[in-house]
Amino acid sequence: METEFLFAAALTLIAAVMAVTRLNAVHALLYLIVALLGMAVIFAIAGAPFAAALQVIIYAGAITVLFVFVVMMLNLGVSAEICERQWLAPGHWRGPVALALLLFVETVFIIMNGIGSGAADVVGAKAVGTVLFGPYLVIVELASLLLLVALIVTWHVGQGGIGEQQ
Amino acid sequence: MNEGVAGLLWLVPALPLFGALLLGLAGRRLNDLWCAVIACGSVGLSAALVCLFGSAYFVDSVPQLQTLWVWFDADGVTPRIALRLDGLSLIMAVVITGVGFLIHLYSSGYMAGEEGYARYFAWLNLFVGAMLVLVLADDLLLLFLGWEGVGLCSYLLIGFWYRDAANGAAARKAMIMTMAGDLPLVIGLLLLFSHFGVTAIPALMEQATATWTDSTTLPITLALLLLAGAVGKSAQLPLQTWLPDAMAGPTPVSALIHAATMVTAGVYLIARLHPLFVLAPGVLSLIAWLGAAGLLLAAVSALVQTDIKRVLAYSTISQLGFMFMALGVGAWTAAMFHLFVHAFFKALLFLAAGVASLSLGHERDLRRMGGLRTRQAWAFWGFLAGSASLAALPYVSAGFFSKDLILAEVWQRGRGALWFAGWLGALLTAAYITRAFVIGFLGKACTRITRETDGRMHLPLAVLIVPTLAAGVFELPIGAGGARLFSDLVAPVLPAAADAGHGGWGAMLAVLAPLLGIGMTWYLLRVRPAWSAAWRTSATAGRLSAWWFHGWGFDALYERVLRRPYARLAARLSGDPLDRPFTGLGHGSYRLWHLLSSSQNGQLRRYAAAVAAGTAVLLAMVLP
Amino acid sequence: MTATPVLLTLAAALLVVGIAGVLARRNLMFMLISVEVLFNAAALAFIAAGAHWAQPDGQIMFLLIISVSGAEAAVALALMLRIERHFGTLDIDAARTLRD
Repeated sequence: METEFLFAAALTLIAAVMAVTRLNAVHALLYLIVALLGMAVIFAIAGAPFAAALQVIIYAGAITVLFVFVVMMLNLGVSAEICERQWLAPGHWRGPVALALLLFVETVFIIMNGIGSGAADVVGAKAVGTVLFGPYLVIVELASLLLLVALIVTWHVGQGGIGEQQ
Repeated sequence: MNEGVAGLLWLVPALPLFGALLLGLAGRRLNDLWCAVIACGSVGLSAALVCLFGSAYFVDSVPQLQTLWVWFDADGVTPRIALRLDGLSLIMAVVITGVGFLIHLYSSGYMAGEEGYARYFAWLNLFVGAMLVLVLADDLLLLFLGWEGVGLCSYLLIGFWYRDAANGAAARKAMIMTMAGDLPLVIGLLLLFSHFGVTAIPALMEQATATWTDSTTLPITLALLLLAGAVGKSAQLPLQTWLPDAMAGPTPVSALIHAATMVTAGVYLIARLHPLFVLAPGVLSLIAWLGAAGLLLAAVSALVQTDIKRVLAYSTISQLGFMFMALGVGAWTAAMFHLFVHAFFKALLFLAAGVASLSLGHERDLRRMGGLRTRQAWAFWGFLAGSASLAALPYVSAGFFSKDLILAEVWQRGRGALWFAGWLGALLTAAYITRAFVIGFLGKACTRITRETDGRMHLPLAVLIVPTLAAGVFELPIGAGGARLFSDLVAPVLPAAADAGHGGWGAMLAVLAPLLGIGMTWYLLRVRPAWSAAWRTSATAGRLSAWWFHGWGFDALYERVLRRPYARLAARLSGDPLDRPFTGLGHGSYRLWHLLSSSQNGQLRRYAAAVAAGTAVLLAMVLP
Repeated sequence: MTATPVLLTLAAALLVVGIAGVLARRNLMFMLISVEVLFNAAALAFIAAGAHWAQPDGQIMFLLIISVSGAEAAVALALMLRIERHFGTLDIDAARTLRD
């Protein structure tokens, strides 16, 4: 179990770093999908099979597809890649990486100091479903409302774009 | 007097006020004739009513009191809209409506063809109404309403020809100077109200005499405060400088407001509230000396003026000084009698001067008038009669009797120095009015007559000549028949005048004073003109007369002592130095905002970096 | 079972990668990809917490995050298209007209 976890964790981390640093958008998306899938494995190992399934279906499936569509619409080519290369000169990423590492050190410090090892079991889809439609019903409503709003906004913004183009 | 008529007392002030309202609202749509008819009609009706009430009062001497309604009720203080017609207010009402009506009639001719005819009459009517409210008020607060009402009308009418900036300045000056007196007056009234909790004049006076004894602090303070109001309104020292400038208004306005009625309101106020002043003998003495000083200073100033209206303005200050002197020695009746007579002869003088200068094309300089006896007989004889009365020509003029009464009262109370001041004042009065008459009306004609005057202006002159010469019969001196109608009329209100007149040589001197003044002036101007010419050209005389010409330099003094420091202070404060900490706060915030807004550079990545850095800092703070 | 600190450390590492991406990249597209990584880091933290207490609440929060993430991706991508058309570039530093 520990080996599997370490493998999945390493995979996820490396894939994430690759996704963030690629110059080509399609490559980055592919790495992102790998990272998401790795994450799904970690979820399953952490005793959340339902979340793992959702991660695969929704994240790796639906949301990434959105990105792919957009990349296709933007038609980013070689010129964009050259442009990206210029933008990613070491001078540009040194600061952000230093800041991020600082955050990482701090967080790890807190985690190591504050939290003991838990005795986790598997929490299945049934348990999640029972609580979700019980005490957390409002969250469901909020989430649906949020998605509705997103739908309307996207529709509106997208339509305006078409109008502008014409 | 039957009840039905007594109930009409409210109409006396209401008629002119209604006329003012009508003219003010509909004046633009009325032609000049209708304006004049409404204005003169309302005042005329009011005058008729006053005559009716006056004759009734003459018979039974019962004061009329009419309470219309309670003005307001504030914490137990309930000022009423209440009118009282007693001897004192009757005298005032007769003067206001009688002289007022004649001046309205005169104005209808004088102002003919002027722009703002309806506006003029609306304000004039408003003035008469406010003045009647002032004198008829039974309530001190209502009196104050009238007091400020006449002040407003005075302001409006002085600045009637508002297109000339100088007239506006004169109007503002009048307003500000009288306000300088009105502020203490308001404080005094409020002090009085808060002390007694009532506002009705008789109740106030009763309580004042019952509560206070001589010379306690509060009545002295109160008397001083009220005196300040009276001094401002009546143009006495030290607030006298507005009156000569007020001559910027139309001449009938000067006649009505700045000679016959409004400026006498101060005298009326002191007479009406005399029980209060009696409690402060020191203040009374001050009134007497202020009056005497005003009398002499203004008379000397009048001696060197060249503008006929300014001569009359200084003369008004001087004559009001006479009244104040009488008030100051407690000769209330004498003061009121002089007020009564002065109203007629001063109105006559103004109206005659107005006719003269109007026919000469608004020429007001004495030296360019001249030769009017045949050319403008109405003005000539009117001015002559008025001058005689002002100079107190013995026995043939009303002015003599009233002035003699004052001098006699002063004499009798043993105030030698005051008496001498009054005597000297009488002499100077005779001198300056003789000078004005000789230079302005006799001699060679200098200016052509450009405008004929008509009956509307001549009739008031003719009517006014009668009381100017004959009003003395109301109050003859002790030695001359003893008919004392005037004292009897006001006796219930004002303490009776002294019985004895001048003793022996005092009376002689008093008769001599005007004759001496007239004689000397005549001699210098007509018999030995070379002397006066030589005197005029000397350097000392030039400086002196320039000083007197500008009213003893009071304006320059106030300019230097009050206006300039104030202007300097205002200039300094106009930059709001006290505001600086607050504006500084604002500026500081603005700078800070500028600083912060530069961080809002629209770069999303910077914002994200800021969020990340903030998170790092926060985490560092919660590190265990 | 995996120890919670390890899971959380992984979440922190992913978070840091995401932040570094958001800050370092100028192309809006890559910024959004980084944001997705960020979302996943947060989701992992929730899952880890849920596993730590053996409670379903963590997974419910994951559900919420996945909804938010979906909504965000939809709106942000739509906006990105608009920006691309309006400015002709995906350079986020060029889109700074919101400054005043």
